[in-house]
Amino acid sequence: MIHSLFLINSSGDIFLEKHWKSVVSRSVCDYFFEAQERATEAENVPPVIPTPHHYLLSVYRHKIFFVAVIQTEVPPLFVIEFLHRVVDTFQDYFGVCSEPVIKDNVVVVYEVLEEMLDNGFPLATESNILKELIKPPTILRTVVNTITGSTNVGDQLPTGQLSVVPWRRTGVKYTNNEAYFDVVEEIDAIIDKSGSTITAEIQGVIDACVKLTGMPDLTLSFMNPRLLDDVSFHPCVRFKRWESERILSFIPPDGNFRLLSYHVSAQNLVAIPVYVKHNISFRDSTSLGRFEITVGPKQTMGKTIEGVIVTSQMPKGVLNMSLSPSQGTHTFDPVTKMLSWDVGKINPQKLPSLKGTVSLQAGASRPDENPTINLQFKIQQLAISGLKVNRLDMYGEKYKPFKGIKYMTKAGKFQVRT
Amino acid sequence: MSSNSFAYNEQSGGGEATELGQEATSTISPSGAFGLFSSDLKKNEDLKQMLESNKDSAKLDAMKRIVGMIAKGKNASELFPAVVKNVASKNIEIKKLVYVYLVRYAEEQQDLALLSISTFQRALKDPNQLIRASALRVLSSIRVPIIVPIMMLAIKEAAADLSPYVRKNAAHAIQKLYSLDPEQKEMLIEVIEKLLKDKSILVAGSVVMAFEEVCPDRIDLIHKNYRKLCNLLVDVEEWGQVVIIHMLTRYARTQFVSPWREDDGLEDNEKSFYDSDDEQKEKTDKRKKPYTMDPDHRLLIRNTKPLLQSRNAAVVMAVAQLYWHISPKSEAGIISKSLVRLLRSNREVQYIVLQNIATMSIQRKGMFEPYLKSFYVRSTDPTMIKTLKLEILTNLANEANISTLLREFQTYVKSQDKQFAAATIQTIGRCATNISEVTDTCLSGLVCLLSNRDEIVVAESVVVIKKLLQMQPAQHGEIIKHMAKLLDSITVPVARASILWLIGENCERVPKIAPDVLRKMAKSFTSEDDLVKLQILNLGAKLYLTNSKQTKLLTQYILNLGKYDQNYDIRDRTRFIRQLIVPNEKSGALSKYAKKIFLAQKPAPLLESPFKDRDHFQLGTLSHTLNAKAAGYLELSNWPEVAPDPSVRNVEVIDLAKEWTPAGKAKNENPTKKFYSESEEEEDSSDSSSDSGSESGSESGEEDEEGDSSEDSSEDSSSEPESESGHQSDTENRRAAKRNSKTKGKGDSKDGKKENEKSKTSDSSNAESSSVEESSSDSESESESESESESRKVTKEKEKKAKQDRNRLATDASLLDLDDFNPVSTPVALPTPALSPSLIADLEGLNLSTSSSVISENIGMISSKGNKSSPSKECAKKGQPRSAAEGRPHS
Repeated sequence: MIHSLFLINSSGDIFLEKHWKSVVSRSVCDYFFEAQERATEAENVPPVIPTPHHYLLSVYRHKIFFVAVIQTEVPPLFVIEFLHRVVDTFQDYFGVCSEPVIKDNVVVVYEVLEEMLDNGFPLATESNILKELIKPPTILRTVVNTITGSTNVGDQLPTGQLSVVPWRRTGVKYTNNEAYFDVVEEIDAIIDKSGSTITAEIQGVIDACVKLTGMPDLTLSFMNPRLLDDVSFHPCVRFKRWESERILSFIPPDGNFRLLSYHVSAQNLVAIPVYVKHNISFRDSTSLGRFEITVGPKQTMGKTIEGVIVTSQMPKGVLNMSLSPSQGTHTFDPVTKMLSWDVGKINPQKLPSLKGTVSLQAGASRPDENPTINLQFKIQQLAISGLKVNRLDMYGEKYKPFKGIKYMTKAGKFQVRT
Repeated sequence: MSSNSFAYNEQSGGGEATELGQEATSTISPSGAFGLFSSDLKKNEDLKQMLESNKDSAKLDAMKRIVGMIAKGKNASELFPAVVKNVASKNIEIKKLVYVYLVRYAEEQQDLALLSISTFQRALKDPNQLIRASALRVLSSIRVPIIVPIMMLAIKEAAADLSPYVRKNAAHAIQKLYSLDPEQKEMLIEVIEKLLKDKSILVAGSVVMAFEEVCPDRIDLIHKNYRKLCNLLVDVEEWGQVVIIHMLTRYARTQFVSPWREDDGLEDNEKSFYDSDDEQKEKTDKRKKPYTMDPDHRLLIRNTKPLLQSRNAAVVMAVAQLYWHISPKSEAGIISKSLVRLLRSNREVQYIVLQNIATMSIQRKGMFEPYLKSFYVRSTDPTMIKTLKLEILTNLANEANISTLLREFQTYVKSQDKQFAAATIQTIGRCATNISEVTDTCLSGLVCLLSNRDEIVVAESVVVIKKLLQMQPAQHGEIIKHMAKLLDSITVPVARASILWLIGENCERVPKIAPDVLRKMAKSFTSEDDLVKLQILNLGAKLYLTNSKQTKLLTQYILNLGKYDQNYDIRDRTRFIRQLIVPNEKSGALSKYAKKIFLAQKPAPLLESPFKDRDHFQLGTLSHTLNAKAAGYLELSNWPEVAPDPSVRNVEVIDLAKEWTPAGKAKNENPTKKFYSESEEEEDSSDSSSDSGSESGSESGEEDEEGDSSEDSSEDSSSEPESESGHQSDTENRRAAKRNSKTKGKGDSKDGKKENEKSKTSDSSNAESSSVEESSSDSESESESESESESRKVTKEKEKKAKQDRNRLATDASLLDLDDFNPVSTPVALPTPALSPSLIADLEGLNLSTSSSVISENIGMISSKGNKSSPSKECAKKGQPRSAAEGRPHS
């Protein structure tokens, strides 16, 4: 399956290579560089590149290309999904996944990669097991290790790998037993010129942070499970139980994990919490244009909208912009033509607005499209779909855990066409 | 830390020039890093010293630095002797790093690598399963041909290991050995065959992977394991699921008949599927009658469905392609929702999924129509995603939604991403040809675009308009005139060529303009692109034929220019045209027909999706993504006309019938008490009858034996949830029962004792089994309604199964290290009996769909356990399946 892995940074240096079968020369990456050059932008590099003897499958995350080399037919999603899992694991281990961090921890990275694949076939991809095999580096442990000469490699063997709940490590102990669940919903929407919704969907996830002693068996029930008609689960969730009772029943992994993700599609009406009023016009006669946007709350269920950021990619012909915001700060990068306005909180009494003029390149013709406005925002304590957790019960252990649930709504890919 | 500073030294010491030099040389040969060679030599000296030292910390430091070198692709092979010495180190981290090193360089230093082999051989005998497994892993990763026999031996031994984890690693080792020495194929197939029978969820994925790599054509090995694999599927780890699903898709296409002929008989299918084996037999005999789905076919489709909710995109895609390729068309619809959900994922996942949707949406529009809006393009999407989405939107366009789509396309055309805008124009063209109602609207829209400021947009519009006009025999003189004017401003060669072609084709409709265009072109001929030159020649020829009075000289001038062109295509064309159109004495018979040749009615081009021809590749494969056969691609065969004998999968038929015509219902009807007593009496007869019924006596003893063991395995899968979710009391029961069976010896003859045993335990299990009934009743309600008439039969079968289960349990106990499961099984003990229904549902949830029935059966089995299990247990210990004689003591 996966023959080799190359990590390539944005300037085109191969800074790590790992082979699971016989060694593949790194010259194979030349084909990748070619494709990269052709694509101009990193995100346009095709994820699958055929070469005479190999196939290069890559993912691009954190400004690093993870390029897997394969030789024979394999479902491409298999490799891509695995590479993403590798990135997630690195992130889990080191907090961030960046070139310097990987270089600093090259030994741990190597050990982890060694465990994740055997002969190119995934062996241990659950972070709980991996962490049992190879302890993630912490500052404390590094210090202790250098003094005592002990190691990062776990000396007990990973029993989890053999168990029927491979995602949970055994012998977990906490003094404070707690289980937190975050219900995070993202609204993906396209709003057209006149403010009507073209398409809107809600993408929700329930992320959990469970720190419970022993082998707890949890059930999570919802007030309105009918909302969740399109879900995907962490492997720990029992399918059957969900199908018959609409209850999430699971033995959780230890630590952070994504319990469930769901999709509420456009068919159900999606409440749009903000609106954007815009007036952007370029005139042919002068090289000046008018620019004015106002952001306001719409259906927020009485909650405040925070963390509003407006970004917009201006047409190439724009030379500069002189704008004044009623609140927050704005920047315009004349090279990338990217306008960004950090609004902050929306006060319904005094709507934030950004007004000013746009200067166009002299002689350049009027741009024929108005820029699209991308919006980011957050609403705490609200799940816009109306999903509500009813209760969380624990079986199998005696103690009383501390339970917490948080709701949040965010903008996903939220675009306003102008 | 040290590796860190080392890395820094490396860079600063070497400097950029050497870094580059190394880069370049390493592309030629990985070992020839001249630039750094001298400095490496020195550094390697002190690494050697560190490795020789007595202190573990120094060794560890050295190993870390070496691994750092390997990671960067630097050559560290000369340290081999020093490193190998540490292979037996007590320190686990050193050991692991040595392994990393060894696997990387053993191929280059074969002789020295042999030094390490004995260490692994010793470790292969270690009492700890994890050490055995890792020894096998490293041993098999060392690609040294000399040790092939040793590896073969190790694999064979490991394949019979008691620990499923070691067996999993054996399955991995098979692939490694095969790639090292394909000569071993036959022997390896034997091991694969053995491991395929394994019933552990740990092994299933890995061994199927090995099967796919070593002997994908030996589909006969799968028969006996097919049902087991289907039943295990939900519990296998996600990567294994992908491999198994792909393999089973291929399998299904060779073994079942097409369900696509008529989909309306669905009700019937369901029915026959729940009915028992004798009806199946009938069915196989006469295939001609209305299609009925093979129950095994149905089993696969049904057991993969929950996996659509996997978090792993690869699993979802695998199930989607399975449904696409083997399910009845009416049922494939359920995959669209899941696929659309994947579109939220990373761009790479989106890319692959969109490609597959594009292929699907050509053939079955209806599947994705409800999700039309999910394919709307966002300005932030990467271009490749945008074009794929467009592709799908085009495929989905129909009379009903075209107006919405066109409005959407209007925004896309104005996009700043010009490549995308151009693709949109193509799309509009395709919609226009596909949906005749909007052709005129599209055309006028495209004509408007001709006045766009962006050249790419205009050029693309010209090309598309040309295609559209060609389709609609011309009442569009105006548009052509308009386009002729554009010729002055437009510079994109394709567009110019298109305009010229269009004018040439319609030269009789624009008699005034055409010659003038030719005049202009003659002027600029030399500076045109080759593509345009060819069209100028064509235009000249056509005008010469229709309007020679005005254009004769011009054409000759152009032909003269073409004669001396640098491009031989153009010179060729010129010569050809001259011979054809200019009358001279040498010109052959053809020139009479020149006009017909040049101005023939040309068929309109078909604007087709580029994904049209991809459907012959299995969806979700690399080959499909590339639209070219990748190495090792396994063709998906066409459905067979007549299904091969389904009884090859049989043996299990009894047991399938049992699993499906579930117990829950049988119990509802006969009170448990009665069930036991009755079946006890009838045991002998039922046993023999069901045996002969399903196996129809035609099978050899050997087959029988295989069948038995695979029966065992499919049952194992169903017992899994017990150990998983750990019904404590239940486990205890099992233990007790196990103990009993151990002490018992051959219990077949001791009927009296058995009777006692039974009555004792059945009491305790009654309570449980009743609770099982409750909860299973709703999930199994389907099946209940069906096999009413069969209840009696079922009880018989159940009894037999109970017997098998007894055997199975004993086997299980020795094969799986139950202690490993212990920590898991304890916690789920029920706080209150009131909760038990939910717990049972848990058990179900964790496992296959049919588990509930089997759970109850297991409980039943416990009650009557202990009469006959030790013989099979002994066999299992030796890693052998039960012999035929033992398998059928009563027949």
